[in-house]
Amino acid sequence: MTTHVAHSDAHHDDKPHGFFNRWVCSTNHKDIGTLYLVFAFIMACVGALFSGVIRTELAQPGLQFVQPYFFNQMTTLHALVMIFGAIMPAFVGLANWMVPLMIGAPDMALPRMNNWSFWILPFAFTLLLWPLVQYLLFGTGGGAIAGGWTLYPPLAIQGGDAVAFSIFAVHLMGISSIMGAINIIATILNLRAPGMDLLKMPLFVWTWLITAFLLIAVMPVLAGAVTMLLTDKYFGTSFFNAAGGGDPVMFQHIFWFFGHPEVYIMILPAFGIVSEIIPTFSRKPLFGYQAMVYATASIAFLSFIVWGHHMFTVGMPLGGELYFMYATMLIAVPTGVKVFNWVSTMWRGSLSFEAPMLWAIAFVILFTIGGFSGLMLALVPADFQYQDTYFVVAHFHYVLVTGALFSIIGAIYYWWPKWTGRMYNETWAKVHFWWTMVFVNVLFFPQHFLGLAGMPRRIPDYNVAFADWNLVSTIGAYGMFLTPFMFAFILWHSLKKGAKAEARAWEAAHGLEWTVPSPAPFHTFATPPAIHDEDLAHGDVTH
Amino acid sequence: MKWAGLLRSKLGLLAALAACANVAQAVPERWQLNMTPGVTRVSHDIYQIHMWGLYVCCAIGIVVFGAMIIAMIRFRKSKGAVAATWSHNTKVEIVWTVVPILILVSLAYPATRVVIDMAYTEQSQMTVKITGYQWKWGYDYINVGDKPYHVHFISRLDPLSDKTRQLRSGLDPWKVEDNGEPAYLLNVDHPLVVPTDTKIRFVVTGDDVIHAWWVPALGIKQDAIPGIINDAWTVIHDPGIYRGQCAELCGQDHGFMPIVVKAVPMTEFQKWLDEQEAAATRANAPAAPAPAAAGAG
Repeated sequence: MTTHVAHSDAHHDDKPHGFFNRWVCSTNHKDIGTLYLVFAFIMACVGALFSGVIRTELAQPGLQFVQPYFFNQMTTLHALVMIFGAIMPAFVGLANWMVPLMIGAPDMALPRMNNWSFWILPFAFTLLLWPLVQYLLFGTGGGAIAGGWTLYPPLAIQGGDAVAFSIFAVHLMGISSIMGAINIIATILNLRAPGMDLLKMPLFVWTWLITAFLLIAVMPVLAGAVTMLLTDKYFGTSFFNAAGGGDPVMFQHIFWFFGHPEVYIMILPAFGIVSEIIPTFSRKPLFGYQAMVYATASIAFLSFIVWGHHMFTVGMPLGGELYFMYATMLIAVPTGVKVFNWVSTMWRGSLSFEAPMLWAIAFVILFTIGGFSGLMLALVPADFQYQDTYFVVAHFHYVLVTGALFSIIGAIYYWWPKWTGRMYNETWAKVHFWWTMVFVNVLFFPQHFLGLAGMPRRIPDYNVAFADWNLVSTIGAYGMFLTPFMFAFILWHSLKKGAKAEARAWEAAHGLEWTVPSPAPFHTFATPPAIHDEDLAHGDVTH
Repeated sequence: MKWAGLLRSKLGLLAALAACANVAQAVPERWQLNMTPGVTRVSHDIYQIHMWGLYVCCAIGIVVFGAMIIAMIRFRKSKGAVAATWSHNTKVEIVWTVVPILILVSLAYPATRVVIDMAYTEQSQMTVKITGYQWKWGYDYINVGDKPYHVHFISRLDPLSDKTRQLRSGLDPWKVEDNGEPAYLLNVDHPLVVPTDTKIRFVVTGDDVIHAWWVPALGIKQDAIPGIINDAWTVIHDPGIYRGQCAELCGQDHGFMPIVVKAVPMTEFQKWLDEQEAAATRANAPAAPAPAAAGAG
């Protein structure tokens, strides 16, 4: 029945005509998913450009190219653009495309709000980047915000009016994320096909459900924090101004109450993706499906009560330091369960190494390395040495680049045949993978050494002793800079010349998304599909 | 402590060499890979915990990545591997939940001991107040024992580093040295002079934005926050020069406000401090009515 509906859709799929109607007015989850992914790709390139400036200046000691204040604008914008512009929208795009397909829903529950959640983003990032553009093109204004993405007062409000631009941009991003999250929760809880019980859902859907709750819980907190910054700057309040009776550290507590769950917002969907890819290419059901669900929920819960580990050196009371250390270390347990489950899924499987699998395996190894440095950072005494050094920079790039970003790239290779009906060139995809693998480690691994040797983060210039590893890191960055172009070329080539993909593009792929044709018709599951347990992504659902 | 005293009094030459060795520890080296143990008990303890954490992570990494590599070699489809169908194993799952908890306890226990030690700032023999400014450090000697002092000075980036670090200055950062050490951006005009073998309490605050006073060799990093006074302590056994930097982004010259701590024997320190106190008194004497006038105004 499903295929019948899909086929009739393919013939007259009533796609809106004209660019404006199709894309700007879109309420279709697939088109909006595509918009999110294209937007994320553009933002990733912009963010990479900023990091190119950073790494170029840091290639050798002495200031060769930019003034320190401009350098600070680059580090600040790089973080904001990559976090809110690239990683988060990419995951939302994947959710838009895949969640309805995976649970047998015809579309997202709130399609018009879906359109709005996306179309806020270009405006948000225009606001964020405008002060920089104005400064570079017209030489007016003070440039972009330069107080770090964490926006710590009093420094953050020392900036010019770029602060207001950025705060309104953050408000818009928050609105977009909250609406996206509401939509995902509404879709998952209401539009599952009959028989798709919660504990039969694919893990990608589970991780996104939990992520969406995190988003709803913490984005308003960030909005509140930045609004207080705004009124401190423009309306004479003293929330964070010690001279007026306020407390600068209070901002950090509020910010990290948002910021730590935010970290998991950027990694839980990655866990979901990897839990889809590894079973497919191991030809074996996911090990410990329910344990994976509960581990994700535990990590999400713990993420709310560990924020203090970002602020061990602010002078917390002894009890606070000990509590936050123990709570943070506890996260290693459910995270460990996940890693062990992925390895067990591979064990006694029948493995093949197509591009999605390569990215997923690299994710497990490199994310675990990021987790190791995370565990070390949790140890308060050691954190006193690590805090605000390149060790921290290395840590969060391992979890965000080789973690979140690798999973996104893996997901795109994995579901690309479903989206486009075309296979990509496997050889070139392998070149893309191995090139990235080499240069990402050349880029970020030496930053561990720099941090341990004593190089603080967010500095434009450094002692000559740090010169060698910085040069190595910059070489890695230049290698990495080619990867978005490789990726874009491989995908463009696939669209033009790629072999036709079958409905089940991967031999052992399970899940409802593989029961519809490739490319997925514009409208799918207009009639709810019948659920057959063998179609699901993870064999035995009773455990 | 006795050992250092012996060196100081009897073997001046060796003391100088020892100081050199310590100096080598206190500045980063080219291609350096790891944290250095530093020169205080706390910094040694921190180093031990860092290494223990690193070893534990390496061991777990060998097991996990080893299993993955074996799986990738043995269970390849291209070698005819047939997939098993199991998807859970309660016993194994309990083991790999409980064993990590035990490992975490083995990490948390020594870490807790050191945190408690680091927090104990009482029974100090002298107090120095550290104030972070954009972009320099202010030092106030509050007291040594029961005797109050009024010595205050500002410590900035040294002039040669400052000239060299200007955009396209044409000057070579490799040529900025201090005592034969590469000191580019790690040298100041007036170092913080402190005595050895003395428990020093630092009270740390900020004047404008948040800074962080970090000297890796002492194992101290403390945020300098406006409106808040934090504290930290150290006992340095070996005379020497220990360098650090501001560790919290504080604006455009965040990278250009280093810290230099010069540790000297107590007698030498006392002599230096008394000179400074005398100079401060002389400087303040004619200006004495000024604060009153300001207060009246």
